[in-house]
Amino acid sequence: SAASNLSNNEQSNRKIEKLLIANRGEIACRIMRTAKRLGIQTVAVYSDADRYSLHVKSADEAVRIGPPPARSSYLNASSIIDAAVRTGAQAIHPGYGFLSENADFAQLCENEGFAFVGPPASAIREMGDKSASKRIMGAAGVPLVPGYHGHEQDIDVMKSEAEKIGYPVLIKPTHGGGGKGMRIVQSPKEFVDSFLGAQREAAASFGVNTILLEKYITRPRHIEVQVFGDKQGNVVYLYERDCSVQRRHQKIIEEAPAPDIISDFRSRLGQAAVSAAKAVGYHNAGTVEFIVDTLSGEFYFMEMNTRLQVEHPVTEMIVGQDLVEWQIRVANGESLPLDQAQIPISGHAFEARIYAENVPRGFLPATGVLQHYRPVPVSASVRVETGVEEGDTVSMHYDPMIAKLVVWGENRAAALVKLKDSLSKFQVAGLPTNIEFLSKLANHRAFENGELETHFIDHFKDDLFVTPNDSVSEKAAYDAAKYSAALVAACICEKEHTLLKNSPPGGLPVWYTHPPFRLHHHATRKMELEWENEYRDNNSENLTLSISYLPNGNYLIKMGESSFPALEVTVRHLGDHDFRVEADGISKNVNLASYFKDQTEHIHIWHGSDHHQFKQKVGLDLLDNLETHQHRNLESATHPPGTVTAPMSGLVIKVLVKDGTEVEEGQPMLVMEAMKMEHVLTAPTSGVVSGLQVTPGQQVSDNSVLFKVKAA
Amino acid sequence: KAINMMASSSIRDFSSQPQGHNVLRDGIDRTSDSFIRNSTQMESLISQLHSHIHQVTEGGGAAAIKRHKSRNKLLPRERIDCLLDSSSSFLELSQLAGHELYEEPLPSGGIITGIGPVHGRLCMFVANDATVKGGTYYPITVKKHLRAQEIAAQCKLPCIYLVDSGGAFLPKQAEVFPDKENFGRIFYNQAVMSSEGIPQIALVLGSCTAGGAYIPAMADESVMVKGNGTIFLAGPPLVKAATGEEVSSEDLGGADVHCKISGVSDYFAQDELHAFSIGRNIVKNLHMAGNEGTMDGLRGVISDYKEPLYDVKELRLIAPTDLKQSFDIRSIIARIVDGSEFDEFKQLYGTTLVTGFARILGQPVGIIGNNGILFNESALKGSHFIELCCQRNIPLVFLQNITGFMVGSKSEASGIAKAGAKMVMAVSCAKVPKITIVVGGSFGAGNYAMCGRAYSPNFMFFWPNAKIGVMGGAQAAGVMSEIVKSKKQKEGIQWSKEDEEKSKTKYVEAYEKESSAYYSTARLWDDGVIDPADTRKILGLCISASRNRPPQPTRFGVFRM
Repeated sequence: SAASNLSNNEQSNRKIEKLLIANRGEIACRIMRTAKRLGIQTVAVYSDADRYSLHVKSADEAVRIGPPPARSSYLNASSIIDAAVRTGAQAIHPGYGFLSENADFAQLCENEGFAFVGPPASAIREMGDKSASKRIMGAAGVPLVPGYHGHEQDIDVMKSEAEKIGYPVLIKPTHGGGGKGMRIVQSPKEFVDSFLGAQREAAASFGVNTILLEKYITRPRHIEVQVFGDKQGNVVYLYERDCSVQRRHQKIIEEAPAPDIISDFRSRLGQAAVSAAKAVGYHNAGTVEFIVDTLSGEFYFMEMNTRLQVEHPVTEMIVGQDLVEWQIRVANGESLPLDQAQIPISGHAFEARIYAENVPRGFLPATGVLQHYRPVPVSASVRVETGVEEGDTVSMHYDPMIAKLVVWGENRAAALVKLKDSLSKFQVAGLPTNIEFLSKLANHRAFENGELETHFIDHFKDDLFVTPNDSVSEKAAYDAAKYSAALVAACICEKEHTLLKNSPPGGLPVWYTHPPFRLHHHATRKMELEWENEYRDNNSENLTLSISYLPNGNYLIKMGESSFPALEVTVRHLGDHDFRVEADGISKNVNLASYFKDQTEHIHIWHGSDHHQFKQKVGLDLLDNLETHQHRNLESATHPPGTVTAPMSGLVIKVLVKDGTEVEEGQPMLVMEAMKMEHVLTAPTSGVVSGLQVTPGQQVSDNSVLFKVKAA
Repeated sequence: KAINMMASSSIRDFSSQPQGHNVLRDGIDRTSDSFIRNSTQMESLISQLHSHIHQVTEGGGAAAIKRHKSRNKLLPRERIDCLLDSSSSFLELSQLAGHELYEEPLPSGGIITGIGPVHGRLCMFVANDATVKGGTYYPITVKKHLRAQEIAAQCKLPCIYLVDSGGAFLPKQAEVFPDKENFGRIFYNQAVMSSEGIPQIALVLGSCTAGGAYIPAMADESVMVKGNGTIFLAGPPLVKAATGEEVSSEDLGGADVHCKISGVSDYFAQDELHAFSIGRNIVKNLHMAGNEGTMDGLRGVISDYKEPLYDVKELRLIAPTDLKQSFDIRSIIARIVDGSEFDEFKQLYGTTLVTGFARILGQPVGIIGNNGILFNESALKGSHFIELCCQRNIPLVFLQNITGFMVGSKSEASGIAKAGAKMVMAVSCAKVPKITIVVGGSFGAGNYAMCGRAYSPNFMFFWPNAKIGVMGGAQAAGVMSEIVKSKKQKEGIQWSKEDEEKSKTKYVEAYEKESSAYYSTARLWDDGVIDPADTRKILGLCISASRNRPPQPTRFGVFRM
């Protein structure tokens, strides 16, 4: 219409000069980087938990929007609008997550006179309702997975619809995403429990508990297409990404383009995505997700994400474009910078998401302090998208993603080489991460061959996870740990020497020369490093090292009664964490990081593609009442059998038993929620419940005792 | 080359570095017969030294060590390592005390002593070795303990006693208990040092019986280890005999009793490692106790010093095994001083004594070394140089290789005794730190003038080739046979050539044995036999320890002019 044309013209004369980013972490930092390059001033918003975060420091201005819980801060639309008013921003970028796919918020922004850097509210609304979106897509001729998307939510109706589709069936909340609330149902008898659980999680996460059903595809690939539209009605696709490798229904490695796709399939997929976007009058960045049945080669529309995706950098790497810049230009009312034929595709890119999480405990989110944080150096082909710095805390309030590692290569194989190398050099200490797991993934032969599908991790779990009591692997791991321990010992001694040389205690340099003087023998010292043996439950090995200072300045390292041969190590301390070490005729770079926690020194070492972690007891504290101190240590060290502890920090949402209840082994006992995911805790053995210490609504910390089960 | 440069240039800049003119030349001829002979002989001396040391580091032997460790106890040297700052040096003293002294072996005299830093503060460690005769005190044990205290008092070093001892060795009580320099002197020293502000710290890691009980009791602060540490005047057997009371040693004098009830001890330790961490904390909290003025002593030390230009290991080859062979003492100085730089004093006068200024590990020193027999002039030069160092508060290093003062009528007439007395006066009264290294012979009055044991050098060490005695064996045999011969002549008895030779051989053999470095060090006539290659490092540590006190003014007595 003429009116809208007029307002577009007005907008095109008045560009965004100040942008508020209604988000946190890496995406806020990433958006600010582009904004700065374009000369646009940036405004950050933050909760109390983020007061000193990188995204706050990186912004020209920052506004506090509330207490740590997202509900009261990053999801609080009115605080954010208020922040935009106070700082005079003209536009609001929602990032991903939080309010990015909230149609009401997009509408509110426009109503309050702020440009929303994203799609029109109507498109968000239409695509946000999974059932509605499928109807629209069906009408537009986009292929759909067989399923039930009706309004009728009665459990019996749903169950009969499930029978019609045929098991296995996928239960999904109509709103939201990220796999939250999703359930796979293999047989009719599981249907009711899963359905109710999905409803509960949907209600908690999205405030809406409607559910849809879909055929569950057994060997699916998750392929998504990046689309972009402008306000003039042009829509292009920027090729696809393969996000098949997932855990807990969340992506961890994404790549672009999808491997093993012929160009005909690529353009069919792209055209389908463009049709989907056009069907809802889309503009700005969006992603159309397809499920590809690897058995039949068919693809079906799954959903459209009406935001800039976490994994957008892999697309940027192969098309050489800055998608945030495109977003801002579209929001400014400009046309798309390129038309479909002009969009290049070059090389291959991977993104690995580095999370604070506990891989052996089923990828449970972890919290803690980034005691040592050294991402790989960035270059034209290696990007690190991060929102944290060394010393920051990964809290339980938000997503535990630490960084995205993005690499580009001429082709998939070249990019994979870079990915492996970068992962081995990505250093995080202080909390558990999935880096080693990502490394194993990237090194897996099936992954190298591009044999991707969404159940990849499950299919290859024997290769990807530690198999208990695998004595061959255990020995290899133990030997590698011993070698690393020897290097740790030598580096610690050398670092100490540097420190002493630079500032000898008491101003007595003569007494701190290297090697330390002993009359007619070599000074030796003992070191005890504790190594966690993953091959056995709760088994830590104490490595006792004896380090002799040789007259030539080298260290001779011996290890207790073990078969470890004495190793002579030459160390050069290059500064801070960095060492050059020579042992057994091989010289290499070694990095060392250590931090104190719970009266223990945690020591990490990186060398070659190895990373090891050791613990060392630090002194003794000089408590007057030593008996009680000892007693306390005993208590916290081990729990009696049958004790169930919280696997992470979180909220107790349901307690299914009472003290005295008789339970079977494996029976669900208690439901916890953390990171908006439900975790069911089950009885470790059959027996009677006792010492139940929690109630629903209670916040519990990692490792706290919840209840005990006494064998009957 | 230097001469050419001087000839071609009329302007010489002495103010710019490097000056170079004070760098000692490498005087040794590695191809000479004597050098090669010397080096093979020295090699065997060094390996003999190492084998002696190896034996004493085994303490009381494998069985005793096993028994000791089964009680959750560490060996004395391990205990000291736990207390020392990590990666720091430790100067152990008199490792071979008690060597072949008694019928039974007494490795290291049953006690380990030495100096090392704790929280940057130099301390004297005195650690009983309970694997050797239960840590009991033989006469030499007492002497070594007292010597450690003497050094501590002289250098104002806090004392840390690691007590694990059954007290006096009863069969030798007559040599251990009654005399001035016997067992009681240990506590006297503790009291006097404490009064001078030199901290006295005891860690009770084992028994502390009878007299031994006074070590922790006399300490400023003491720590006891639960289970292992006991303090009592009389052990359970004696208590039962005396009073009929039956009591366990833990109930009689364990850590619980003394930390909670009697107050004999101040800190309760769960185990040895805990005791060491408490011990380190005690030192940390000493602050400046007994250490006033140390900063003055440390003034003028260079931290960025140069290593000698020549290999210190060559000291092993230079050390004379045949004391009749002369060598230039400067070849030793060149290997122990920083950058081999030596500013020689009175180079052209009294040339049998070499004197000059240098630095060792950045610390200024005055060096006095023998280059032959002492003459009138050399003694005067030595006295002059000692006065200079005392005025300037520069520590003195004596490198002894001396057969004595020149004898004979000419020498006597020129007043050699007077000249010698001047040097002895100067050495005796000098209040600067003095360190003596015997690199060759140490005979007669030469020993005195060159700061022998009687002149209280802060430290004194022997090279394994060194010899000490009132005179050489051959000379003594000669003197004795002259005396016997004249006596026999008076009595009209004919002394057969054969008998005379036999008598001479007896003297030579006895002197040979008694003048060896091992004979000396076993009796604590020195502070240890050292590998010549370690000389520079040891001197560096000794000077540093000696400077741990404020400078003292020197007042000389009457010099006979």
